[in-house]
Amino acid sequence: MRLSFPQLLARIGFSALAAIIGILFALPLIWFIFAPFNARAELGIAIPDPWTLQNFLTVFGNGFAMRGLLNSLIQSVGGVILVAAAATLAAYALSRSSIPGKSIVTYVLLLFSSVVSGTAAMVPIFLIVSSVGLMDTHIAVILVFAGGLLPTAMFILRDFIDGIPKTYEESAMVAGASPVQAFFDVALPVIRPGIVVVVVWAFVNIWGSFLIPFILLRSDDLMPSSVAIYSFYSEAGTPIVTLLAAYSLIYSLPVVALYLFVSWKFGFRFFGGIKA
Amino acid sequence: MGANTRRSMRMTKKKNFSLLSHRAGAAFLAPAAALVGVFVLLPFFWVIFVSFTNRTLLGKTALSPDFVGLQNYFQLFDPATFFTRGQFGFSLILTTQFVLLSALVGQALLGLLLAWLMQTIPPALKRIVETAVIAAWILPEVVIGFAWFAFLDYDNGTLNMILRGLGLPAGDFLLQQPFWVIVIFNTWRGAAFSMMLFNSAFASIPPSYFQAADVAGASSWQKFRDIGLPLIRGHVVTDLILITMWTFNVFTPFILTNGGPSYRTELLSIYNYRIAFREFDFGKGAAVGVIIMLINLIFALIYLSFGRKKAKAVEE
Repeated sequence: MRLSFPQLLARIGFSALAAIIGILFALPLIWFIFAPFNARAELGIAIPDPWTLQNFLTVFGNGFAMRGLLNSLIQSVGGVILVAAAATLAAYALSRSSIPGKSIVTYVLLLFSSVVSGTAAMVPIFLIVSSVGLMDTHIAVILVFAGGLLPTAMFILRDFIDGIPKTYEESAMVAGASPVQAFFDVALPVIRPGIVVVVVWAFVNIWGSFLIPFILLRSDDLMPSSVAIYSFYSEAGTPIVTLLAAYSLIYSLPVVALYLFVSWKFGFRFFGGIKA
Repeated sequence: MGANTRRSMRMTKKKNFSLLSHRAGAAFLAPAAALVGVFVLLPFFWVIFVSFTNRTLLGKTALSPDFVGLQNYFQLFDPATFFTRGQFGFSLILTTQFVLLSALVGQALLGLLLAWLMQTIPPALKRIVETAVIAAWILPEVVIGFAWFAFLDYDNGTLNMILRGLGLPAGDFLLQQPFWVIVIFNTWRGAAFSMMLFNSAFASIPPSYFQAADVAGASSWQKFRDIGLPLIRGHVVTDLILITMWTFNVFTPFILTNGGPSYRTELLSIYNYRIAFREFDFGKGAAVGVIIMLINLIFALIYLSFGRKKAKAVEE
């Protein structure tokens, strides 16, 4: 198709506008391409001279920082396992059993999970966690994340399971399988792609989260990276720029890797609806 | 006729047949029910209860708080201090402005513009722009907070470097214009969601509509106004409600400004945090939480009833 002159002009104008917006979005992040590899990095943009991995070596040598990454991993993996397991079972029950009022249940859960969120939810959660004596433990952080993420995870998975024909499990049961066997041996392998989506989504949410561990944890050796990163500020509150830059990059890597994995495997559309 | 009825009977029978017995279903539901019950449902009622007490972290009222009725709420709505900086009313108004400017104007309009531009620009450019916009959205909030801290630094920051290069006056924006900083920050951070939602909405419109308009010689603006926008109206409403709810509860600006300087960026979520976890006045903090949750509830109900109406319309 040939473009008329005004159409061509409009297309060039649109491309230029999109490019400018893209540059504006990238500007605050460009600094991260250079600073981690610059042993003398400051808050300004400077091409490293020479490029070096010195900052990363210092981070790897910092026990508290590495401990933070490990804690992030413990809390994220713990939360993800709990969310994925409980949500899969529950979504399967909501899809395949005829428990009365199950659509109301899904509706009410979604309603509450969007109402009880953020700082407002942290006041009662803090009091509940401290009254059962779980303050300042990994398990408290994991349980609170799991409770908050479960309704959405159940919703995603239920949608997914509803789309799978019941005949799969029915034929297994005709062949003599018990309902539980039909679930584990027949349904579970078919649901797996849906579980992958929930796992990635929950991991990214917990890994990046700041507020919940910030409020529920006190000890330095339990802090995840999102809170531990503040150890790279001096007493006066000025950041140790070189370490912060390198640590931020390491800490962001899993999120970026998972994002690339999802967009490669499922395309953009999946990630679109399911964050937060 | 008879065969038809029989078939429809068989179908309803099949619909009622369930793979899991009630007992097995209940067992499958139990772990999720326990977790959601304790960490989502219970907090909702607990916070209402605590808001009627003078519970604190330490001292006598930590263990045996007194019932104080509506006193916490009267304190929040005390007309003498309501509009003062660092008080409830100030934060409420600030948050309203923040939601209007950064979510409804910033994120939604920018997302809509980006999604529309994506329809016509070359695929290579589209990928690059999308990557930048989505990077702002997926990176962990503390990393983003630090990136902006560096970006806005007065002496060396990228922004002031550019301004000086253009011959414009530099500024210490976190001190001079903290509110506008968090508005732009939140727009930048969240525009990706609206962009992706509108992108998939535009993609669902049959291309023949636009081709017909092209043949008629319509401009891009006419296509947007007369075809694009009317057909994605439902998505726009969904987007507006969701980003309003998220922006209303967002805590991320705290990482950038700590609520300051002198309470000028103290959104309701940050005010709530300060009252409950810095001053340890749980009773008053709970009262703020109740009001936030009530506002959330209104938005959630609008959203869910809207979603149900749409589902019904699709079924019919």
